[in-house]
Amino acid sequence: MLSGLLDGIFSGISIGSVLLLAALGLAIVFGLMGVINMAHGELMMLGAYTTFMVQNVFKSFGGAWFELYIFFALIAAFVVTALFGLVLERGVIRYLYGRPLETLLATWGVSLILQQFVRSVSWVLVIGIVLFCLLFFGALKLLSRRPDFDRIRNWVIAIMLPLSAAIALVTGIVVGQVYKLTVTKPWFGAQNVDVTAPKWLRGGLPIGGFQLSYVRIFIMVLTIACVVAIYLFLNRSTWGLRMRSVTQNRSMSACLGIPTQKVDALTFAIGSGLAGIAGCAVSLLGSVGPNTGQNYIVDTFMVVVVGGVGKLVGSIVAALVIGTTTYLIGSGVLANLLAPIQPLADFFTFFATTSMAKVLVFALIIVFLQFRPAGLFPQKGRTVDA
Amino acid sequence: MLKVSDLNVYYGESHILRNVDMTVHPGKMVCLIGRNGVGKTTLLKSIMGLLKPRSGSIELTGIPILGKSPDQRARMGIGYVPQGREVIPRLTVKENLILGMEALPDRKSKTQDIPDEIFDLFPVLKTMLWRLGGDLSGGQQQQLAIARALMGRPRLLVLDEPTEGIQPSIILEIEAAVRRIVATTGVSVLLVEQHLHFVRQADWYYAMQKGGIVASGSTRELSNEVVQRFLAV
Repeated sequence: MLSGLLDGIFSGISIGSVLLLAALGLAIVFGLMGVINMAHGELMMLGAYTTFMVQNVFKSFGGAWFELYIFFALIAAFVVTALFGLVLERGVIRYLYGRPLETLLATWGVSLILQQFVRSVSWVLVIGIVLFCLLFFGALKLLSRRPDFDRIRNWVIAIMLPLSAAIALVTGIVVGQVYKLTVTKPWFGAQNVDVTAPKWLRGGLPIGGFQLSYVRIFIMVLTIACVVAIYLFLNRSTWGLRMRSVTQNRSMSACLGIPTQKVDALTFAIGSGLAGIAGCAVSLLGSVGPNTGQNYIVDTFMVVVVGGVGKLVGSIVAALVIGTTTYLIGSGVLANLLAPIQPLADFFTFFATTSMAKVLVFALIIVFLQFRPAGLFPQKGRTVDA
Repeated sequence: MLKVSDLNVYYGESHILRNVDMTVHPGKMVCLIGRNGVGKTTLLKSIMGLLKPRSGSIELTGIPILGKSPDQRARMGIGYVPQGREVIPRLTVKENLILGMEALPDRKSKTQDIPDEIFDLFPVLKTMLWRLGGDLSGGQQQQLAIARALMGRPRLLVLDEPTEGIQPSIILEIEAAVRRIVATTGVSVLLVEQHLHFVRQADWYYAMQKGGIVASGSTRELSNEVVQRFLAV
């Protein structure tokens, strides 16, 4: 009985820590910046695929290197997704601040593009994209030195865009014809790929009657490390202070001399990078596919909203509560506990599968939000209504 | 110090500022008067870079600043105290003050210490360093906003109705503080104000009507007749 409950709590916390890790980046991007980033799940997926690639590289090194690949993968996943986030912010999001509906649609589009991108990415595609960027942005950069650039800017774009696209396309086709399958074969394809955990992460720690797998422990430690790092960054560093200021009052922050564009880009990049770390972590839990992100996006938004938008501590508590509840209901622990009370036990037995547990948790969250629309830890003070 | 010439600003298609010319000389306090809705705040926002004028020019110490973003202008030495204070609500008073130092041009000299002059000017702030900016009263927020602007050691201080909605005793305090700031730091001040006693502290006045400057002169010559024409309802 007691060990069953203990099991439940441990597993719940481990589920919760995965949720939290996934939601942490979103807590910054959505909670602090107010950007509804539907591509957050796909950023996680990007992190997971980065992990897969790093793993393959380290596999070829063999031996002790392979045992350590996960740390390099974490860094690589963070850097790759942060860079992608940076491009996303500079290219799309920054034109849409303060317009949540447009951001929602735009980032959803980005998520679809990313999904298809990992399915069809091949050397030809990469060569084409790189060539296009070099030609187009290179030309813009060169021409921007001209004194009359502002006047001819639109013309330059109108000419260079189709021109670079055409050159990139033709080059891609030619390369594809010459080298055939070696360059046109997709890197990953539509199938799921598997990330193998290093040896020291396999197996588990026996606690009482059950095993807590090392992977789960690793994710818990990782989550704690990320939360602490983010907390310290936001509350102790100069850039953290700037970030909090800009997210609360953009125009006034600019008037104080804070470079708001840099702050926005940095905030979004960090949020995206955290998604990459989360992706690296979830790749250890199961196979990774183009749709991996979809499985997490709803859960992560749920965590942020239930916790209270803009509150880090809210996200932490919400993730743990949702994780534990889902596990307790889904695994049937609660049904066993309530066995003496027949109708209640029947009720919880009905919901004792993973998907049905989710249904019940959703229903509970809807009810909860009726009473606490601002979440567990709403913003307080006289500024809330203003 | 500041020179605005032939400035035209539009909100969409409606013409707000019409051919505005204005000069603030170094170390002088200039007051902008006029009824509500004549474009005073619009003019200040254009100077700060929050609004983009359609034509005209703005120069700070001879350097044109129209192409620069608000944060660049702040670092060039414009300290802005907007209408409605705009204290960052969920940061502490201390953090708000530290953010004021963002405008300092050389980043090395930045510390976490608030200089004592600030507390000499506004003693009330010292007791509430750890309160959230948004939880202060209107008058305290106003003092915080001025103190925050001073943290960046501006060359030009732009104040937008610093006495709006504030009790008379605090108005006198703010007035005295602004006067002391001008006397001790030699900063130039551009002030928008309705409160007549405060207006008379300035060296020079510009009166606005329907988006244009219609009168200007030394405040010593600011007669009741002028006040009647441009301020009285």
